[in-house]
Amino acid sequence: MKRIRKKGSQEKHLQRLVFFSCLPAFLIFISSSLSAGPVVIGSKKFTESYVLGEIAKRSLSDANIVAEHRQGMGGTIILWEALRTGQIDAYPEYTGTIAQEILKTERQLSMQEFESALEKLGIGMTEPLGFNNTYALVMQRNQAERLGVHTISDLQKHPELKYGLTHEFLDRHDGWRPLASRYQLNPQSVVGIDHALGYAALKNGSFDVKDAYSTDAKIAEYDLVALEDDQQFFPRYQAVFLFRFALPTPVISALRQLEGTIDEARMIKLNAEAERTKDYARAASLYFNNGARSTIFFSGESFAHKLARWTLRHLELAGFSLLLSVIVGIPLGILASRGGAVGHVILGFAGVMQTIPSLALLALLVPLPFFGISVRTAITALFLYGLLPIVRNTATGLQDIPRSLRESAIALGLERGAQLRKIFLPIASRSILAGIKTSAVINIGTATLAALIGAGGLGEPILSGLNLNDHVTILQGAIPAAVLALLVQWLFDLLDRVLIPKGLRL
Amino acid sequence: MSALVQLVEVSKRYRDAPALHPTTLAIERGKTTVLIGPSGCGKSTLLRLIIRLIEPDTGTIDFDGAPVTPDKIDMLRRRIGYVIQEGGLFPHLTARANVLLMARHLGKPDEEMRRRLSELCALTRFPENLLARYPVELSGGQRQRVSLMRALMLSPELLLLDEPLGALDPLVRASLQKDLKEIFSRLRQTVLLVTHDLAEAAYLADEIVLMNEGRIVQRGSIADLRGDPASDFVTEFINAQRSLALV
Ligand SMILES: Nc1ncnc2c1ncn2[C@@H]1O[C@H](COP(=O)(O)OP(=O)(O)O)[C@@H](O)[C@H]1O
Ligand SMILES: [Mg+2]
Repeated sequence: MKRIRKKGSQEKHLQRLVFFSCLPAFLIFISSSLSAGPVVIGSKKFTESYVLGEIAKRSLSDANIVAEHRQGMGGTIILWEALRTGQIDAYPEYTGTIAQEILKTERQLSMQEFESALEKLGIGMTEPLGFNNTYALVMQRNQAERLGVHTISDLQKHPELKYGLTHEFLDRHDGWRPLASRYQLNPQSVVGIDHALGYAALKNGSFDVKDAYSTDAKIAEYDLVALEDDQQFFPRYQAVFLFRFALPTPVISALRQLEGTIDEARMIKLNAEAERTKDYARAASLYFNNGARSTIFFSGESFAHKLARWTLRHLELAGFSLLLSVIVGIPLGILASRGGAVGHVILGFAGVMQTIPSLALLALLVPLPFFGISVRTAITALFLYGLLPIVRNTATGLQDIPRSLRESAIALGLERGAQLRKIFLPIASRSILAGIKTSAVINIGTATLAALIGAGGLGEPILSGLNLNDHVTILQGAIPAAVLALLVQWLFDLLDRVLIPKGLRL
Repeated sequence: MSALVQLVEVSKRYRDAPALHPTTLAIERGKTTVLIGPSGCGKSTLLRLIIRLIEPDTGTIDFDGAPVTPDKIDMLRRRIGYVIQEGGLFPHLTARANVLLMARHLGKPDEEMRRRLSELCALTRFPENLLARYPVELSGGQRQRVSLMRALMLSPELLLLDEPLGALDPLVRASLQKDLKEIFSRLRQTVLLVTHDLAEAAYLADEIVLMNEGRIVQRGSIADLRGDPASDFVTEFINAQRSLALV
């Protein structure tokens, strides 16, 4: 009889648990269904892609199509997956990348071959936009001349040179490894580094050789030379737009209007403008040669307005995910506090979640059908991330209640739920609140990564500052994020005084 | 009239060893029964079994002439007051909230609760102006008085006291012993009290139950234990206590 009764109350707990675990999915579903509509243009995480994305958005707006640009979502795989699963509708890509990374072929393909191969995947491709942005290895001009290095082959004689290469270049099928083997390069030091940071490192002499795109504005700005690809290793990288076939015809023709309109010189100029003004929309407007209209459209938000927008979004991401962590974490912590196999599984799961680097967690969620490039992915990742401190502190807070108190509560004849509500949770409240506070501070910090998948927040200026190697822009995000973390900490210290029963604070 | 609690062949073992061998014991109504014996002999185990903090391995425990079915366990607990050595007061609640916790939970009328509370304060000689304090703000003796009030709040049929005075210094202890004796007789309360102090047992008990190593060794008055010890252990136990008193 006792068994049966126990089972009954466990079932109730299970129902509650299921309800609470479904809640986040449900809330996320609602939040996502609210945001349907505009044509979504994606772009990769570098200046040129940002600018092309802005140009496409502008081109669509000029055709009276509502468009949205998700800036700097990540690398090829993330953008391609997002396009294929319909999370974005179009993005700028390069023929060489399409061949190597997407179609996985070593051959040089004709435009017809590209189009028919992509068509099978439901994706269309515009004609080339007009410029070839291939990879190049670059060095400082005076150093290259001093060493007599003019071609990539010349590097063979200088294995002492230090290489700082982007992670993407290091990993690509057509990147560093085959290049090194074709040219028989065997340098002593090869290090992976962010593209924009790499330029700064090259300039101050930390590195001697770096990979670059042939239209990078930095090549001219920093007085670098692109070494001649004397064995024609690098394939051609014609810029095109990839788009979903399912798009309405007017959208596709607006994109096609960009075909053949941007040559190398023009692209370098647009890139330089973007890096100089740190305003991609303004650089894009240069393309349209329509100053009067562009000033109306892209007069640029005031800094205060931008800061408010970033901060609000940041709080939204951190706050919403924290709420979910609390709603799910406390019941899980209660279950875990009872020990046994279930407790181990719960604490283990929450622990594993936290050991996954936050960046990796985002990257793991993006390819899943429900998530993709979206705010809900960011919130889900933050939610999972914030779970452990709450679950663990709830469990230990409850387990640390002395046996004499636990037995006194039971001996009074209180039902299990009432024991929890009236006795155990209030006594554990200090520990639980400390867990929530830890989660909140972690979330504020980690939410800066949400910008990587276009979810906005204070990570946006940090990311574009990193991309432009512009410290002021980085600080515009980093300082408010730090201040926010401090404020949240302070707020929780206040909350301590309100929420923790007085008898526990004496 | 039958005994209030009737244990028949009740036993309990923990993983490594038996805590209580099959034991039969009746707790008589209106009487104070005192359990005494060396530390670890199973006194607390017996109390825990009666209030169902633990379940017996064998045997039956009837309350008020009937077995207690699992769905009635919470009801049973509300008919019993339970006080332990550490007091078991909830640190996040004031003395008043501790005492009123169950009455409020059961939705008793405010007026009734207020009346009962001052009644209890008088009975246990607890100053009403300290009711707003939290347990950490009270002395050990005051805490045990609050604990006793909480146990008595719903007028329980049975009072289980597990070394309620064990942690108090001798003066406080003596004054509380006196108060307890008076309260028990005034309320005609059925009491099962655990102590390891023979003098306390002799002072409070209508009947003493002496235990050793999970078994009841002898029951009766202090005179019975002295005059007609059931075994060497009884004599040894009494002498040990006396020599302690002589120091
Ligand atoms: N939860 C438990 N787990 C294992 N052994 C226990 C537990 N509770 C009590 N015991 C053992 O049972 C025996 C009786 O304990 P108890 O009834 O608390 O003795 P006391 O007479 O001092 O109150 C002791 O040997 C004690 O170690
Ligand atoms: Mg004991």
